[in-house]
Amino acid sequence: MQNSFGEPQSIVLLGGTSDIGLAIVRKLVSPALRSIVLACRNPLVATDAVAELAKSGANVSAVEFDATRPETHAAFVDDVVKATGDLDVVVMAFGVLGEQADYDADPCAAAAAVTINYTGSVSVGLAVANQLRRQGHGRLVVLSSVAGERVRKSNFVYGSSKAGLDGFAQGLGDSLEGTGAKVMVVRPGFVHSSMTKGLASAPFATTPEDVATVTVDGLRKGRRTVWAPGILRYIFIVLRHVPGPIFRRLPLG
Amino acid sequence: MSSPVQLSRLTGWGRTAASGARLLAVSSGNVAEAVAGANDRGALVRGLGRSYGDAAQNGGGLVLRLAGSAGEAVLDATNHEVTVGGGVSIDDLLRVLVPQGFFVPVTAGTRFVTIGGAIASDIHGKNHHGDGSFGNHVRRLSLLIADGTVIQISPTERPELFWATIGGMGLTGIVIDATVHVLPIETSRCIVDTTRAHDLDHILTLMEEGDHRYRYAVAWIDLMAKGRHLGRSVLSRGDHATLEQLPESDRDGARSYHPKILASVPPIVPISALNRLTIKAFNEMWFRKSPQYRTGELQSIPQYFHPLDMVGAWNLTYGPHGFVQYQILIPFGEENSLRRIVERLASSGAASFVTVLKRFGTSNPAPLSFPAPGWTLTLDIPAGTRGLAAMLHELDVVVLDAGGRHYMAKDSHTTPTAIKRGYPRLAEWQAVRDEIDPERVWQSDLARRLELIN
Repeated sequence: MQNSFGEPQSIVLLGGTSDIGLAIVRKLVSPALRSIVLACRNPLVATDAVAELAKSGANVSAVEFDATRPETHAAFVDDVVKATGDLDVVVMAFGVLGEQADYDADPCAAAAAVTINYTGSVSVGLAVANQLRRQGHGRLVVLSSVAGERVRKSNFVYGSSKAGLDGFAQGLGDSLEGTGAKVMVVRPGFVHSSMTKGLASAPFATTPEDVATVTVDGLRKGRRTVWAPGILRYIFIVLRHVPGPIFRRLPLG
Repeated sequence: MSSPVQLSRLTGWGRTAASGARLLAVSSGNVAEAVAGANDRGALVRGLGRSYGDAAQNGGGLVLRLAGSAGEAVLDATNHEVTVGGGVSIDDLLRVLVPQGFFVPVTAGTRFVTIGGAIASDIHGKNHHGDGSFGNHVRRLSLLIADGTVIQISPTERPELFWATIGGMGLTGIVIDATVHVLPIETSRCIVDTTRAHDLDHILTLMEEGDHRYRYAVAWIDLMAKGRHLGRSVLSRGDHATLEQLPESDRDGARSYHPKILASVPPIVPISALNRLTIKAFNEMWFRKSPQYRTGELQSIPQYFHPLDMVGAWNLTYGPHGFVQYQILIPFGEENSLRRIVERLASSGAASFVTVLKRFGTSNPAPLSFPAPGWTLTLDIPAGTRGLAAMLHELDVVVLDAGGRHYMAKDSHTTPTAIKRGYPRLAEWQAVRDEIDPERVWQSDLARRLELIN
């Protein structure tokens, strides 16, 4: 159970090595926190993060989770619940970015990326939502991206997968209305992280820590959607309505 | 595949940390059947939802509201006892009792508490220093236990289960009815003495030296005052007025009782109307309007005991983020810890609308009963106050190191560790509870959050 300040007792991070995901987990650490589960394809990769987070006094574990195997997702959620009890906050932070040029050359690689970013999120998101509905409380935080808000030619495979994810998350949140459970969609702009290492920065670039600050603040206030940085909400009101011929010429990277 | 169950979103009076549950109205006749239909998230009975945190919530499970009518209460005027349904509110009961010359043995700051809730939280009032808490006055009760049967328990019949039910947060069963001692009164008026104290030492001394002369005593502290005014307070003490204490003209209808709700807060308050400025202004005004010293003032029962009840749904004034109430116990001899807490709160600038200080008398045998000899401090703070969570976790350490504890009916933020330390007899209570409910039928969000049930 989260307490009256929205401090969770249990956190599950799907994408247990995600920079943004780990930054969010760090900011949710409080004396109320009892357990942290880092879920990743290879739990050994999360050893350092486990050691670091264990200093909080919470019980931290890394468990195997494969986004590309939807048939395992319901059992995965059940196993986590058996081990830690009710899910207070689940952060869905896994995903791959990739290069548009590579996807152009290899449609199968593009499909694989979409499978992780979208299909995998749908199946595990539904499995988590079923548990939240069953327990009558809990929050699912979905890391979307402004790339899905208006898909650009420079990364439209990634962008379209996030567009799908964003729509899914909004609909899922609406379907949970009145159950006590909630979904919050986080839409960061360009984030300096290991996922974007070596890429040219975009305007209004941010950091995992800033995304985490916005996310935790949004959770405390019970928001459905947050943007990082906040100004992107207004920029995208405009960008969403820019006519195609002009949008295609914009230097958006 | 069955269709999804329609859930109701429930919170406590502080309007924080909601959860969804299947809410069902029941009577004493069909409650057993309803409990049998609970899923693995269990069942819980909810009274009037005046607990501030998650005590009357059961996310994903069943939440029952037990109907009750004060009209069916049986008053034994000779033995000063009333037998009343667990779902009946103290508000309704007083409307029956007062005109007949009786008062409830203990009332909280609100009369919108059910008899079952008063027992489950073992509520206390301004008379704890002399009269103890609600549980001290319960002669017997019928408890619906997990298998659906109703058993009779009392301080002499299955005493372990009786005392585990007093203060047991509804986790031993459902109180179907109870026989409670009532206090004979001559009038429906109270006679009140008021004194102002200029700082914390002054108020502690006044209370230590004089509370025993009054049935009721409580101090209100201006937590917004700092420096040499730190802890400045208004102490109000009194008793039920006797017939002779009323002016001639009021002696007809001396026991008339017509509590009113003067106004209700509209259901949608988009932002909190209570912020640092308004709270500071209110506290300043309250202190200044109180007399330096006044004796023998006549007040009505609602005026004296339940002033906040005059505003319906006052919890809505805190806006969409709700508020938390922090009520702690600091044992006698640990006044330095009490001072540290008051200093920390005053210097933090966290705005507490109403802060109350009270001396407790001796405790009763219930393992989870909150009151014990010492001071209890209660404050209301908007939940959205920046830094509040961290500060309360910090104060928790001071409270526990002093041998104090948290009142679970108010709690909405603390940890299982804090409860284990504050209630050293928790394991004893758990053993009794587990024996009467091995299948864990009774559950609540509070029980899950504070790990009350193994």
